[in-house]
Amino acid sequence: MATLSDPPRESFHLSQLLYDTRYRSITIQVIAFILIMAAFVFLARNVVINLSALGKDFDFGFLGSRAGYDINQRLIEYSNESTHGRAAIVGILNTLLVAFLGCIVATILGVIAGVLRLSKNWIVSRLMSVYVEGFRNVPLLLWIIVIFAIMTESTPGPRDFRGADPEASMLLGESVAITNRGIFIPAPVWGDGALLLVGVFIASLVGIWAFRRYARKRQEATGDILPVFWVSMGLFFVPVLVVYFAYSAAIARDQYPILAVGAEQGVTLESYVADNGNPSICALPSTAGVNLSSALRALGERASITRVSTEAELLEAVQSGDCILATVSPELAESFPGTLDGIEMVALSDTVDRGRPLQFERPQLAGFNFEGGVQLRNSLIALWFALSLYTGAFIAEIVRAGILSVSRGQTEAAFALGLRPNRTMNLVILPQALRVIIPPLISQFLNLTKNSSLAIAVGYMDVRATLGGITINQTGRELEGILLMGLFYLALSLLISAVMNLYNNSVKLQER
Amino acid sequence: MSETHSETATQAYVRTEMLSEQPAPVSQTGAVKWIRENLFSSIGNSIMTILSVAFIAYVLIGIMPWMFGGVWNAGSLAECRTVLGAFGGDGHSGACWAVIEDRWRQLVFGFYPQEYYWRPVLTFVLLGVALAPILFSDWVPRQLMIFSVLFPFVAVWLIWGGSVWVPMLVVASFGVGYLVYRLAATVVFTGLAVGLAIVATFLWWAFAVGAIDSRINAAVGAPRYDSAVAELEARLAALPEEVATAEALVESIAAEEAEVIADRDATVSQIMEGASNVPELQDELLAYQRTLTDVRNRQSEAARALTVVNAELSDGQRLLDQYLTLPALLESLPELRENVANAQGDDVAAAEAALSGAQERIDSIYSVLGRVGLPPVQSREIGGFLLAFILGVSGIVLSFPLGILLALGRQSDLILLKMVSVGFIEVIRGVPLIVWLITASLLLNYFLPPGTTFDLVLRVVIMVTLFASAYMAEVIRGGLAALPRGQYEGADSLGLNYSQSMRLIVLPQALKISIPGIVSTFIGLFKDTVLVVFIGLLDPIGFSNSIRADTDWNGVYWEIFIFIGACFFVFCYGMSQYSQYLERKLATGHR
Repeated sequence: MATLSDPPRESFHLSQLLYDTRYRSITIQVIAFILIMAAFVFLARNVVINLSALGKDFDFGFLGSRAGYDINQRLIEYSNESTHGRAAIVGILNTLLVAFLGCIVATILGVIAGVLRLSKNWIVSRLMSVYVEGFRNVPLLLWIIVIFAIMTESTPGPRDFRGADPEASMLLGESVAITNRGIFIPAPVWGDGALLLVGVFIASLVGIWAFRRYARKRQEATGDILPVFWVSMGLFFVPVLVVYFAYSAAIARDQYPILAVGAEQGVTLESYVADNGNPSICALPSTAGVNLSSALRALGERASITRVSTEAELLEAVQSGDCILATVSPELAESFPGTLDGIEMVALSDTVDRGRPLQFERPQLAGFNFEGGVQLRNSLIALWFALSLYTGAFIAEIVRAGILSVSRGQTEAAFALGLRPNRTMNLVILPQALRVIIPPLISQFLNLTKNSSLAIAVGYMDVRATLGGITINQTGRELEGILLMGLFYLALSLLISAVMNLYNNSVKLQER
Repeated sequence: MSETHSETATQAYVRTEMLSEQPAPVSQTGAVKWIRENLFSSIGNSIMTILSVAFIAYVLIGIMPWMFGGVWNAGSLAECRTVLGAFGGDGHSGACWAVIEDRWRQLVFGFYPQEYYWRPVLTFVLLGVALAPILFSDWVPRQLMIFSVLFPFVAVWLIWGGSVWVPMLVVASFGVGYLVYRLAATVVFTGLAVGLAIVATFLWWAFAVGAIDSRINAAVGAPRYDSAVAELEARLAALPEEVATAEALVESIAAEEAEVIADRDATVSQIMEGASNVPELQDELLAYQRTLTDVRNRQSEAARALTVVNAELSDGQRLLDQYLTLPALLESLPELRENVANAQGDDVAAAEAALSGAQERIDSIYSVLGRVGLPPVQSREIGGFLLAFILGVSGIVLSFPLGILLALGRQSDLILLKMVSVGFIEVIRGVPLIVWLITASLLLNYFLPPGTTFDLVLRVVIMVTLFASAYMAEVIRGGLAALPRGQYEGADSLGLNYSQSMRLIVLPQALKISIPGIVSTFIGLFKDTVLVVFIGLLDPIGFSNSIRADTDWNGVYWEIFIFIGACFFVFCYGMSQYSQYLERKLATGHR
């Protein structure tokens, strides 16, 4: 019988804190904690002392005060009367805008270049290598400046488009103008029936979703394969186009009268504007207004359009003198003179088209610049293209690596099973390649977003230029401004990382 | 058998002799086969080939005449255009490479004093020597690693100049740290010994380096005093004459330049008026331009010599004045010490301030007198690619130890260290470098004790180091993760403790795997160094802006951009090729 000796009594010595591995980790962490806290206290104390020495405090109240500077590129209403907080939001939206546009173009470029770089065509693959290596090995800032220089120095000025034999001409059927002040493209204008169009579009999206669901169920049940792609494409385009053209054919040629303040009965538009140059106009629907303003531009006049969305707003605009020309439906026009007190509106002899449900307002040369349409400023174009081309080169490498990572055996096995090349691509290669491609792709999107802070080089008003630039200079709140800006970028990248992790988990290989 | 044979032989339609071997069809060999397979294998491929060739031809036709028809010798854009005009083109028909010829020094070295260009160049060469044992470990003896370790100190000393004592004392600090570690390791466990060694090193930096440096300076400087004063006085007496000579030289060269310009203009107007012998006149014009460039180079050399002499004169005068105060200062020291000893109440602070002020002035005089080393260069004089290199290399080198610590911290079981490491890495990586640079230039002073200021380049180096260390940590973490689990377990089963297993087993392998990642981090960082232009440092892009703002070169941009882009491309592409070579090499080792 073995006699069990008592286990040695647990006793604790201070030296165990250093020499016993069970306690040592706690000791190290406590010491590290104390050191880190000490460092924080040291930094915080310095900040407090330095701030008080400068007579400043730590206060975010400046976000509510008047900004007093203009931002030429904005997605929401903003004027120099707005607050610094609103300027920061305008900047944030501009950052997100250029990041979003950049990510789309960079992905398209990157996928094309990555696939072509693997092409068997020697010259094409070499050309793509030149693109990829050229952009990867030169600083992004240089590319931004170069593209900005091309845009401002090598493109024609608006006045070159003038005259009988102009030096420059517009592209794509007189609808796009590339000038040294930016690129002017047509602007979409929603007219009557736009709601119906949008409704039909949403309905067809639902239809596509339902059809794909049905097709999958049916394939699982019976093995029949329905032509999903073609049906989806058909559902996507056909209903919307049918509604659009039907609606256009039915109403677009309706003639709407032009009402003018202080005109004589039956006067033509031409002779009216001869007396009232550069009139301000308002219209319901807006497409009729666009037609009216292009009619005016054809007469060499510049119209300033006051946007109105309801009848009441239109009446108010007319009464307050915001517009002296108005286009409305004939029914409304008949009730007009009675409803306005003191202002007499008379129908001119000319009329304008009512307009299609969705119409594009083309930029037109007026005075020294183009008017109408959307102006994409050089700063936006340079930043957008440079970011896209630069990130596209990196994405091309990611795509190439992803495709190469799927071994040839996979393709051969799929062929051996009798799958056709396109099904092999869709069912075998892409799912495996995407698992390799997507995570680094998203981190490239993140890089693009962070790199958009180089907007400063071309004067694009992103969050760094508004909150981290002019606002800081005006208010002297470096600490608060840079802190907020850093938090914005940090939150954005943590958000994107979280999305990436979710995706990674969902496509992770299910192992034992 | 033979019967059937003879039977077939008699039949007329059977061939009796072998055909000689034919060469393969043209379409199946050589260039034709290659072209058919690689360029025209299908209709789509053919279309792409034709489009690509058309695109390449279009680009080359557009660029080549401009690039190779450029002007290399001119003093301004207007002169470039005159020359191009004389050759029958307009201002845009050829490049004006003269701007590069005129300004490459600034783009490469910034305002670094021209007579010391050899210092950064030597540093660059030594950088290659220092990197060789790391990058090409197969062919270079390992003993050179000692030089790699010492290189950072040599580089700082070469570029910024000053006495050799400070870098040597800093090197010595690591010796001190090692000594403390060896002594402490015999008494306490390793971790604590390392901690003590680090504390000792910091203490050495904080208290010993400055004190020992000033002692050495005083010891070297005191005996030199009399001869230095005499030498300086003699030099100051001789300098005015040199200034006059230099001024005369500058003037005579200016006259010479004016003459050549007059001749050149006469030739241009002859060409413009349609002289009969235009080609000869054009050659003559080019010759004049070359002469002009020579003359101008001599002129700028002479002008530089003049400013150097002038600066020497004014600096020398100031230095002499300082020297002459030294005996009085030294004499006043005992009295000031006595004052401090006798002072009471409020006077103590004032007396101490007077003493330390005098001591400081003496130290600064001795630091000039007792300098054994190179003349110092200010940080603000460093610019161009030199600055980009300094920032890139120091960012990577300094971030290396920090990156290893962060990577280990991120893998650690100690929850607090892990949290701190992850937080640091994510915060640094989540915010763009440009925001960190603005922080360095605007905010860093808020976080330092009041009254501390140090120069912008150093602040940027610190920020770039912190930034790079987060990226480095992720690269090294990748290396640690790529190491098979068996290596960690093997180290544990041998009974090695944490630091031993990391030092001897894990890190050597993990770092080797990480080298390609480290190289690509370096490429990224090197390209990102151009962002310092936004906080007012003069990197290549900053200089390109200032050159374009110059009246001589206003309107030039492609030439400068092409030069800067080509320089970056050569370095970055070279490095990325190296890292690909390394990846291939390492990949075979692990298969």
